Amino acid sequence: MARTVSRGSKIGWTIAAWLVALLIFFPILYAFITSLKTEPEAIAGFSLIPSGTFENYVTVQTQRDYFKPFMNSVVLSIGSTILALLFAIPAAWSMAFSPTKRTKDILMWMLSTKMMPAVAVLIPIFILFRNFGLLDTRIGLTVMLTLINLPIVVWMLYTYFREIPGEILEAARMDGASLWKEIVYVLTPMAVPGIASTLLLNIILAWNEAFWTIQLTTTNAAPLTAFIASFSSPQGLFWAKLSAASTMAIAPILILGWFSQKQLVRGLTFGAVK
Amino acid sequence: MATQNTKTLARLMMAPAVIVLLVWMVVPLAMTLWYSFQNYNLLTPQNVSFAGFFNYIYFYTDPAFFQSIWNTLVLVLGVLLITVVGGIAIALLIDQPIFGQGIVRILVISPFFVMPPVAALIWKNMIMHPGYGVLADLARFLGFQPIDWFAQFPLFSIIIIVAWQWLPFATLILLTALQSLDSEQKEAAEMDGANAFNRFIYLTLPHLSRAITVVILIQTIFLLGIYAEILVTTNGGPGYASTNLTFLIYRTARLGYDVGGGAAGGIIAVVLANFVAIFLMRAVGRNLDR
Repeated sequence: MARTVSRGSKIGWTIAAWLVALLIFFPILYAFITSLKTEPEAIAGFSLIPSGTFENYVTVQTQRDYFKPFMNSVVLSIGSTILALLFAIPAAWSMAFSPTKRTKDILMWMLSTKMMPAVAVLIPIFILFRNFGLLDTRIGLTVMLTLINLPIVVWMLYTYFREIPGEILEAARMDGASLWKEIVYVLTPMAVPGIASTLLLNIILAWNEAFWTIQLTTTNAAPLTAFIASFSSPQGLFWAKLSAASTMAIAPILILGWFSQKQLVRGLTFGAVK
Repeated sequence: MATQNTKTLARLMMAPAVIVLLVWMVVPLAMTLWYSFQNYNLLTPQNVSFAGFFNYIYFYTDPAFFQSIWNTLVLVLGVLLITVVGGIAIALLIDQPIFGQGIVRILVISPFFVMPPVAALIWKNMIMHPGYGVLADLARFLGFQPIDWFAQFPLFSIIIIVAWQWLPFATLILLTALQSLDSEQKEAAEMDGANAFNRFIYLTLPHLSRAITVVILIQTIFLLGIYAEILVTTNGGPGYASTNLTFLIYRTARLGYDVGGGAAGGIIAVVLANFVAIFLMRAVGRNLDR
């Protein structure tokens, strides 16, 4: 039996929920509105109606070469995610389908590497990167992002793979399918949704990573996190331009994020909450 | 025979990930440990010598050290308090029958996807700025003196920003857990005459305990490493008022070029993180096993 709710109370709850939601969303909305203002407008006091100029977006590109950090973000987040998947898929696969007594321990140990504070290895990583000429390179940072997200990727894939019923494998084997055929025709189609979800969440995490990307880059490989952080000491009035750069930096990932709500819960809680 | 083959194959498939993570964990940590016993400054790289425990003593006796530990704890606990309490409240609110629930969810979850430097700069410039920020406009409108947030309440300001970023995460996980609560149970409790408060205390809250545990555990891991938000807002100041342990080590190592001192601080951070992790795992282990 569905609960009967009076129309009045539904409207009341709706107003309350929307007020809270708009309050939480307000800083993002206001940054977007400010990006459409002129610089004098941006500091002229509270106003939700911009003059509607797109000049800031153009200026950010022409003066600060916005496209370069943007492309770095794209390459780093997608590159590190694919690299992490290459390592994680076989590992998660074997843990899910041929679990041993130690599988749980290995998973817990992988998770524990995530608890190591990044700053604790800042010095050796910085010195290693310097000595190997990896500072401010896309390759160096891609490897770095792969390493820090690998435990989460393994865990996420593991929770997805574990849900693929083992009987299907047995059935395929009874039908005389070779291991290769088993992988290509039976398992892969069932694993694709889980891999896609993992891919999505990991791109978001890599895109927003803001410790190593700031520490290990200066200009050439600097992604948007480092680019935006370089605006922290303002010279002159620049809020409208900063807002334009910020809007472009968060928009793609915000939209990806809206589609990944379910995966987010699952991925970041290591399957503990679904 | 076949099983032996499968086992070997399984090991081979696991090996790359395990080896990579093992190297990633052991090598840099061993190097940090090594450097922590050396006198090594990047400005004078030719003068490297054994330092014994000097770096640790130096780090330990630095008055900024205890302040940074304190700030780290205040930051983590402050954000946890706001996000868990706020998350429960907002999750309960969204779980009500409302119009446009999907859009409300999207609006609430959005801050989580905003990269830390952007989040911090939006708050610093557009919300909390004492001259041009929205809060200053609001204060003037109401006839008050605008507050210079980052000068007067630096750590609190950072707590607000970080809590804003993590509130969506807590809300989303608690909402997911809330929606798995059996509605028949709710109805039964309602019919038995339990009021809303009692239903929350005796039915909803126990149901949420696992999700709350997970939220605390995962957020703590990330909150111990807060860095970019401090870098772009207060830069750790005024003085050391908003410097957490992560930022203090960064300051020592990268701005002071003191490899030995920074490494000693890094080892202290590892010990602290392990302490927190063990403590948390113990406290929440029972809860997670259910």
